[in-house]
Amino acid sequence: MKVNEQGMTLIVKTVTRLTAGLILVYGIYITLHNNTGPGGGFAGGVIITLAFVHLMLAFGKEAVLKKINLSKCVSLAGLGAMIFLFTIILKAAPYHVNLASLGDSAIALAVATGLFAMFLALVLLIVGNGEK
Amino acid sequence: MELHLILLFMICGSIIAVETKDLISSVISLSAIGLGLSLAFLILKAPNLAIIQLVVEILCVIILIRATINKDLPLIKDGRWLFNTISTFIFISCFLIAAFFALKELPVFGEPVMRISSEYIASGMEKSGFANIVTAISLDFRNYDCLAQVAVLFAAIVGVLAIIRKTGKAHES
Repeated sequence: MKVNEQGMTLIVKTVTRLTAGLILVYGIYITLHNNTGPGGGFAGGVIITLAFVHLMLAFGKEAVLKKINLSKCVSLAGLGAMIFLFTIILKAAPYHVNLASLGDSAIALAVATGLFAMFLALVLLIVGNGEK
Repeated sequence: MELHLILLFMICGSIIAVETKDLISSVISLSAIGLGLSLAFLILKAPNLAIIQLVVEILCVIILIRATINKDLPLIKDGRWLFNTISTFIFISCFLIAAFFALKELPVFGEPVMRISSEYIASGMEKSGFANIVTAISLDFRNYDCLAQVAVLFAAIVGVLAIIRKTGKAHES
């Protein structure tokens, strides 16, 4: 196992490798079970964001920026907002389609990528100001 | 009874957060206040709000610690302390007088006033087909409200893009 210089110690990295997937699955569970229990799109989206923030705190910012960058985050947030608008238009039409799961998933996508884009912007801005 | 204990704990935490000299201690007592607010939502039987408050509080604490961990802001003590104290007392008294007249008009705590929401509770489950009444209200009756929230988030992301981009597109050759 290769020990990187970036990020926190080996103990934190190992625990993060075990728990980040579980946090992600819990966020998806909270999102999709809006119908039967407490929760919904906003809370699930923030939990998904917390999984990515957890990875970023433990492994350093280069490991996450290789997977997803800022412009990709912003495009996904716009896509989520567009899907939610689409479900509202479809509901207004006289079809009586029950689209709550799709709408909540769209809210979760928009909230998760939007908040993570804000976190990325804050981190990049602080690091960029420190180097000057 | 538990609600009053939690409110007392939150007031003590906010006084500590304002009065302490260390920034990290202030942020940590602020996170304790948020946890107390989440517990208060649970006691008032609003688990949706409790979950949202808890996770947003965690994200805010991470961002605040990330922002304050290398800063050593000096505490400004000198200056116009007499003017500041007098203006603070004037504002607090204005607020208390306005709140006294406003709070007399509110209904008693715990007695809900149902005008349009009794219709939601009575027939919301059959009309929308959901098993959770909160989801039925927020994603069926008040769907445009949700759309406006997503629009606000979208505007915030556009602002992030405008701040983070260093050079304009016209200057890239």
